[in-house]
Amino acid sequence: MPVYSQKVMEHFMNPRNVGEIEDADGIGEVGNPICGDMMTFYIKVKDNRLEDVKFKTFGCGAAIAVSSMVSEMAKGKTLEEVLKITPKSVADELEGLPKQKFHCSNLGAQALHKAIEDYLKKKKKGGGKE
Amino acid sequence: MGDRSIRKVYLDNTATTPILHEVREAMLPYLGEAFGNPSCIHEWGDVAREGMEAARNQVAELIVAEPEEIIFTGTGTESNNLAIKGLALAQQSKGKHIIISAIEHFSVLHSAKTLEKWGFELALVPVDKYGLVDPDDVRKSIRKDTVLVSVMHANNEVGTIEPIREIAQITRQNNVVFHTDAIATAGTIPVDVEELGVDALSLAGNMFYGPKGVGALWVRRGVRIIPLLDGGVQEGGRRAGTENVSAIVGLGKAAELASAGMAARIEHLTRLRDRLLTELPARIDRVVVTGHPTKRLPGNASFCVEFIEGEAMIMWLNSQGVAVTSGSACTSKALKASHVLIAMGLSHALAQGSLLFGIGIDNTTEDIDYVLEVLPPIVDRLRQMSPLYAKFVKASKGGK
Repeated sequence: MPVYSQKVMEHFMNPRNVGEIEDADGIGEVGNPICGDMMTFYIKVKDNRLEDVKFKTFGCGAAIAVSSMVSEMAKGKTLEEVLKITPKSVADELEGLPKQKFHCSNLGAQALHKAIEDYLKKKKKGGGKE
Repeated sequence: MGDRSIRKVYLDNTATTPILHEVREAMLPYLGEAFGNPSCIHEWGDVAREGMEAARNQVAELIVAEPEEIIFTGTGTESNNLAIKGLALAQQSKGKHIIISAIEHFSVLHSAKTLEKWGFELALVPVDKYGLVDPDDVRKSIRKDTVLVSVMHANNEVGTIEPIREIAQITRQNNVVFHTDAIATAGTIPVDVEELGVDALSLAGNMFYGPKGVGALWVRRGVRIIPLLDGGVQEGGRRAGTENVSAIVGLGKAAELASAGMAARIEHLTRLRDRLLTELPARIDRVVVTGHPTKRLPGNASFCVEFIEGEAMIMWLNSQGVAVTSGSACTSKALKASHVLIAMGLSHALAQGSLLFGIGIDNTTEDIDYVLEVLPPIVDRLRQMSPLYAKFVKASKGGK
């Protein structure tokens, strides 16, 4: 019996939205090599929506599939909708993850939320100057 | 990459070897009409006992020992548990200090940790960057109350062969019992208990083309050991429970075939290994060979690929029909990087890129060439999505 669902394998082998955004509005970086995985998410925001999402991930098959799924779930959504993406909703969309890989879906959701925090912080700073 | 009809290449012989046809054939009667219990004195018992004792002779011959000194066990892990706990407990009136190397298999390491909970003191001897134990470090660790030293004959993850003879001279001078885990070596390279000078030695059937579910522990005559399993007086009272006769017969057959074919096997494995060890770093940038350049198991080719993670490589290789393993944190259920690689001084990030090829006697040059063809694009692809690789590229551009 394979360890991963077909959906995980599909996203692992054909990850969506891999890359960086040069002039990103927000960047979220989580993880470290000791725990195993590192993810960096880049977002571009327009009219309160994630116009573009890209990521780079150092990690296992689950970490790559989670990153891809998170980027797909987030793209085109409003900030409020994106903040509702949880580790569980990511894992569910992937048709489940092995128990020891749940932390990968935590990381994915965390990295995305961190990118939004970064965007909101920058926006506040920028707004203050005007 | 993807879905063309693909070659199947099994390169995970450190996890388990396949079972040889001759081994299976030898086992079959004991799963059929020769089902008797070898402890019984009737005809059925006689037939089973005969098969089992022939196997004991074959295993003894493999390691140049006496058949009566062989204890059959359920696995290599059981052999190591019995050795570490049984040999230490038998001597606890003499002392409660034991010494093992930092790169032992978990079946030795965790047995030693259990002894610690039971009131023993444990000393871990370090290794150098090649995974080699310095016998002098063992000498320095020995105390008056040291009752057991255990250092593996060769490491299963990086293939480094340890200086067992030199360590044995030290343990003998100090009158300390010396066990070696030879699970990675017995049946693969020559193992002679007298020449090594050890007092106890573990081996396992599925590491040299025998079945799973059977191992053996050799204990030198006169060395006391406390059994872990209480029950009847099977295996000279040192391991209770009706023996797994068919598996034991398979282990015996595998031992016989290993003895007979060893020189040719070593030559074949070494040739394939050296091709992989030289060609892979030549074709992929920033790949590190782990383990010793010469004191190395013939079938072991282990690497760390920088900036990417092992499980992702395993999954891609699997999609290309290639079976390998890794010591990365992500591939371990405990989510910890290989303690062997960390003990050798590798960083956690580098250890994450661990990739281990366990070459077997069925592999061919074409198998190795196939790996050399499919792996570089996999590494490229994973690096393209790695933030560590992006940082490396930026830093090296900035440097110029």
